[in-house]
Parts: sequence; C-alpha cells; structure tokens
Amino acid sequence: MADVMLTNIWAGILAFAVFMYVVMDGFDLGIGVMFRAFPVGRERDTAMNSIAPVWDGNETWLVLGGGGLLAAFPLAYSVIMSALYAPLVAMLLGLVFRGVAFEFRWRDPAHRAFWDIAFSGGSLVAALMQGIMLGALLQGVHVEGRAYAGGWWDWLTPFSLLTGASVVVGYGLLGACWLNWKTAGETQLHARRLMRLFAPLTLVALAAVSAATPFLGNEYFARWFSMPRVLFTAQVPLVIAILTWRFVRSLRRNYDLAPFVLTLAVFGLSFVGLGISMYPYLVPNSITLDMAAAPASSQGFMLVGASILVPLILAYTAWSYWVFRGKVAHEGYH
Amino acid sequence: MFHDADAVLLARFQFGFTISFHFIFPAFTIGLASYLAVLEALWLRTGKALYLDLYKYWLKIFAVVFAMGVVSGLVMSYQFGTNWAVFSDRAGPVIGPLMAYEVLTAFFLEAGFLGVMLFGMKKVGRGLHFFATLMVAIGTFISAFWILSVNSWMQTPAGYAINAQGQFVPADGWLPIIFNPSFPFRLTHTVIAAYLTTALAVGAVGAWHLLKDSAQEHARKMFSMAMWMAALVAPVQILVGDQHGLNTLQHQPAKIMAVEGHYRSHPEGAPLILFGIPDDDAQQMKYAVEIPRLGSLILKHDLNAPVDGLDTVAPENRPPVKVVFWTFRVMVGLGFLMLALGVYSLVARWAGRLYDWRVLHRFAVLMGPSGFIAVIAGWMTTEVGRQPFTVYGLLRTAESASPLAAPAVGASLIAFVVVYFAVFGMGSWYLLKLMSRAPQPHEPEHANLPAHAAGITPAPALGTSSRPEAGHG
Repeated sequence: MADVMLTNIWAGILAFAVFMYVVMDGFDLGIGVMFRAFPVGRERDTAMNSIAPVWDGNETWLVLGGGGLLAAFPLAYSVIMSALYAPLVAMLLGLVFRGVAFEFRWRDPAHRAFWDIAFSGGSLVAALMQGIMLGALLQGVHVEGRAYAGGWWDWLTPFSLLTGASVVVGYGLLGACWLNWKTAGETQLHARRLMRLFAPLTLVALAAVSAATPFLGNEYFARWFSMPRVLFTAQVPLVIAILTWRFVRSLRRNYDLAPFVLTLAVFGLSFVGLGISMYPYLVPNSITLDMAAAPASSQGFMLVGASILVPLILAYTAWSYWVFRGKVAHEGYH
Repeated sequence: MFHDADAVLLARFQFGFTISFHFIFPAFTIGLASYLAVLEALWLRTGKALYLDLYKYWLKIFAVVFAMGVVSGLVMSYQFGTNWAVFSDRAGPVIGPLMAYEVLTAFFLEAGFLGVMLFGMKKVGRGLHFFATLMVAIGTFISAFWILSVNSWMQTPAGYAINAQGQFVPADGWLPIIFNPSFPFRLTHTVIAAYLTTALAVGAVGAWHLLKDSAQEHARKMFSMAMWMAALVAPVQILVGDQHGLNTLQHQPAKIMAVEGHYRSHPEGAPLILFGIPDDDAQQMKYAVEIPRLGSLILKHDLNAPVDGLDTVAPENRPPVKVVFWTFRVMVGLGFLMLALGVYSLVARWAGRLYDWRVLHRFAVLMGPSGFIAVIAGWMTTEVGRQPFTVYGLLRTAESASPLAAPAVGASLIAFVVVYFAVFGMGSWYLLKLMSRAPQPHEPEHANLPAHAAGITPAPALGTSSRPEAGHG
C-alpha cells in the first residue's frame, strides 16, 4: 500500500531533482543554444571549457528524474513517457549530439565547425523539446485505465510550442549569466550583450505562459485564484517583479555573480508556480501522486538511501565546482 | 511504411539496438577505469614517468568512450517508459528502486569525480586526484552491480508478490530481490568480461605499436600488463561461464535447450551439438555436427544423464533457437581464442621473447575487438534466451509494450539507427586515431584543459600512420 507521507516526500525529492536538472543543465544547454553567437576560436573554447568539467554531473539529475519517477511513481512514468514519445526521443537524440561534442570537438579540428553545429543544434533541440514536454504535460494527456490513450502527435499545440520557446530563452538567459560569472574579457562582454537580449525575452515568455496556463482548464484557475489561495499566489508575480528590478540593477552595475543568482531565483519561483498548478496531480486530471505511487516498501527502501546519498552527492558536486572555481583561464592566464 | 509491421517487434529491435550499442561503452569503461586507477597507483608508488604517460594516454581514450557511454545510457533510462510502458508500470516497484540506487550510488559518483579526473590534475594534489580516479572506477563497478541485479531479476525473478493492480511488489524485504538466483553468476561473468575486453583492447594497441617498433617502452609495458591479464583472467572466465550456464540450466532450462540446440529430448544421454542449422519452424537441427554424450557430460557431469529438449516446453513458451544457438557459439569460440592468446603470451614470456614474436603481436592485434564482440554475443544469448518473456515466466514480451502505433516506433527506430551509426561511428574513428599514435614520454594531457592556452595546446593525435587493425570488425 502506498503511504501518503512517503508519497509526498518522494514528490518533493523528484521535484528537487528536476529543478536541479533544469537550472544546472539549463545553463549548459543555454550556452549550447548561443554557442555559435561567439566567434570561432578562443571565445568558443572558453565557453565550452567553463562547463566541460561539470556537464556530465548536471545531466545526471535528468537520469535521476527519469529513474526516480519509474521507481516512486511507475504508473506516471509509463503514461508520461508514452504520451511524450516523439519529443522525448528528439530530446534524447539532441542530448546525444550535445554530449559527444564536448569530446569530439577537440579530437577533430578539421571538422570542428561540424561539431560546433552539433553542440549548438543538439542543445537547441533538447531545450525546445523539454519545454514542449512541459507544455504537453500541463495541457493534459488522454489516459484510459492504466495507459496512455492518445495519438502520437497530441503533444503538438500552440501552448506547447509557447512553453518550448520559453524554455529555450530561459536557458539562454541562464547560460549568458553563467558565462558572465565564469569568464572574463571579450567573452564576458559578449555574454553581457546576450543577457540583455535574453532577459526581456524570458520575462515576456514567463508572462505569456503564466497568463495562458489558468485558461487551459484542468482546475488551474481554481488552484491559483480561489480564496484563500489567491492571497499566497498573488505574491508570486510580486516577488518576480522585485527580482526583475534587482536584476536590472545588477546588469547596470556589471556585477558578475548577482545576475546568475537572481535568474536562479526566478527559475525557482516559476517552478513553485508549476507546483501550485499541478499538485496533487502528476498527470493533470487523471493521475494523482497517490494513484501512481509505488508501494511503501519500494518508496521506503529508496528513501533510506536517498536521505544519505543526496546530501553526499550535493557535497561532492559542490566540491567539484569549487575545484574549478573562478574565471576560466584564457591564453596567458595560467 | 510500418503499417503492417508489428509494433512490439519494432520496439524489441529498438531496445536491442540501443542497448547493444550502449553496452559496448561501459564494457570498456569498467575495465579502463580500473586500469587507469592501477596506472596512477603505480605512478604514485614508483614515481616512474612511464606510468603517468600511459595514464594520460589512456585517459584521453577513456574520456571519449565515457562520453559515448553517458549519452547512450541516458537513452536507456527512458527506453523503459517510451517503448515498454506496461512493463514499467508492472515491474517498476521492484526494478525502479534498484535503478534509482544505481543513479544515486554510481552515476553521480562517476560524474561528480570525472571532471576532476579529466581536467583537475593541476588543480588538486596527487592524492586527491588519485582519489577521484578511484571513485570513478568504483562508480563503474557499482553501476554494473545494480543494473545487473535488475537484469538478473528479470531473468530469475524472486522475492516478489503481485498486488491488485497486477504490479510486482517486494514480498519480504529487498535482499531476495537484489540477490536473486542468477545475479552473483551474471555479475561475476559480466565484470570479468569487461576486464578481459579492456585487456584485449589495450593489448592490441600495445601489440600494434610493438609491430612498428619493438623497442617502444610504453608499448612494451602496456602489452605486458594486458597479456598478464588475458592469461590469468581468460581461464577464470571460462570456469565462471560454465557455472553461470549450470545456474541457467537450473532456473531457465529452456534457454539452455536453445543454447545447446536441443529441440528434442535425449533420455539416454544427449550429444554436444557443435554446429548445425537450427530450424525453428520445423523445430529441428539440420546438418548437426555432434559429439555423442558430451552434452550430458557438460550439463550433468554424467555421460548417460537424460537431457530434456524443447519438446517438453509448451510451444508458446519456447525461445527462438537460431539467435541463441549462434551467438552462444560466437561467444564461446572467442573465449577459447582469448585463452589461446593468453597461453601463447605465457610461452613467449617464458622464452623471453614477449616483445619479439611478431606472430603473437599480430594475433593480439586481431583479438583487439574480440572482447566487444563476445560481450554483445553473450548479451544476445541471455536476452533472446529469455524470450518470449520480459519477466521470465511471468510477464510476456507481447504484453509489456507501450500502446504505440507501429509508425511511431518505426520512425524513432530509424532515427536511433541513423544517429547512432553516424555519431558513434565517428567516435570510434576518433578512438582509433588516438590509439594509432604511440604513447610518448611527456604524454600531452587532455586537449581542452582549461588551463592550457589554445596556442600551446598539443594538437590532438591526427592519423600520422594508418589506422590499427584493432578496429576492424
């Protein structure tokens, strides 16, 4: 039998894993998306080197998201993966190109231009598909019994394209902020210019998705605007406005780290907003956390390990980031 | 174009294709990570630059293989849901936690320390760098532990109950599930296979460079280390494989019947069928070349012991013999060739000619890819031999698939095939280029070390010579 407490804890752990993935691979993929805006040579090398030691660890959170969903909510995993079949496969193939480019690019100078396109294109496809999958899930999927019952193009709607584009520009902003923090000289100046491009786009995208979501049905309107919920949810746009103001200020003052941290905060708030829309459903209107939950014996067994291992993972991940702290070296910056 | 095709069959092709490709990379990284740990330990203990050169040489190769393993592995963690939704729903409560433990104990460990291992040599102390290498090596092993536990549970399910929703759930704790009957044998056999595969690949690279210059110090060292490994491990592997086979006979007799090609029962003692053409439609072995009674001797350790054939198994539960029969023979044949190489190298070593016998070196070069082929063949034997079930005896493959239309599965299959051949084909080419250059004194580090300026980064190994034969096949 499923246990309510355990089920909610696992929903929290998985939400945390997905959030870690979104922000950490978010800046990796964002750098990929804008990679070809940087001139060939030193700047591209620097941009890639700033994430080369950490991208693999960042991507592992996606494996935890998928594996954890299978383990803790097998029914949701089986329905969602079938429903999002096409964008999921496209995302995986995009990540194949993106991932191997980290190595292949250096192994084959004659075809470096090709692997740069693979890196950039792979990142773009992966980011776009992740956004599309988010939209496709939010708008709801057709479930009958314990199985997906829709077609294999159901995911493609104007709303899912909107969320797709939103994730691309959001990741772009994260990537530009990361480079602003981790690089110096010309590369940093380029990153600042890209921040000024992606920041307003991200805000527009956020506003558009937030405005469209309550009208998708699926009780979203009630979850946001019924009393007394609205007293809490009304604070979310307010906090975003404050963060935006601080962000603009940090841009003007050419701060290195602050824009990145503020963007992370905006992502965090958006994620909370998604939680408000979805909870307690995993698949809107059809599968709740409780329905999809694996038995307490499965969730409990994993929780024992996760409560020890997740802090340990965070510790050595932090150590790895610390080893590669500071600005990425250019020529002569040994 | 797939309207008439069977969606389940296409999904099976897709899983088989993506996992076969993926399996090549961990089979190499499990062994290579341990080899790197040994090289770095030897360097730290002896202070000999030779070991550091070899470490840096193989580290560059490791980085390429690892990247391919990561991206193809990510695909696997989603294949269960995309194509095998019913299986995921039913078996998720049992296999899911094991896979989650794989992520938490292995994948993060590997990924967390890989950055320091590849790029951190000048950023952390020697001890800490060695620690990072060790963590990556241990991570690869832990990963094998969990995923082979999952696979073994699908082969020999244990410790489960079935709940009202038809899901497999743990019945009495997790130990019977994790340590299910075939797991210890499969884990030992597979990890040894990874070590042997790596030894043969390293040996082939060493031999290739010895053929060009038998005085090359680095080539001598790696060839010698690899040949020790082959000589010591190949016979152990054959013994372990035999035990694994006896375990399979006990728990999955139909798979052994397919391996042996025994369509019919032999109450008076079974022959060992060396070769033949299995005919699944007629359920008989054509043109069989067989040795009387030897089958009974191997399986039952008694010349006259009766051996059951597939005629004792209900037709709807029989595995396809053709694939199982042939892939098993490929694996075993290569295993004995590996043993021959190991023995040959011992003779050469005893004669003091390990670095001089060119026939030995040519043999070693030819055997370079044999480990990979044997691993894939053995994998196909055990996986196809599990058919027609995903969870052996309990959940049929035909009832495990996602409710997808054939065109969706077919289109994604084509996409995987095209992308994998292109991307991993290029990757293999880069590996051969790296291997075709001999390790040097003051071996350069990884090409995109952040601390290295672009201008003085040593050029990656461009094919200055022809590609080694180690890559053929």
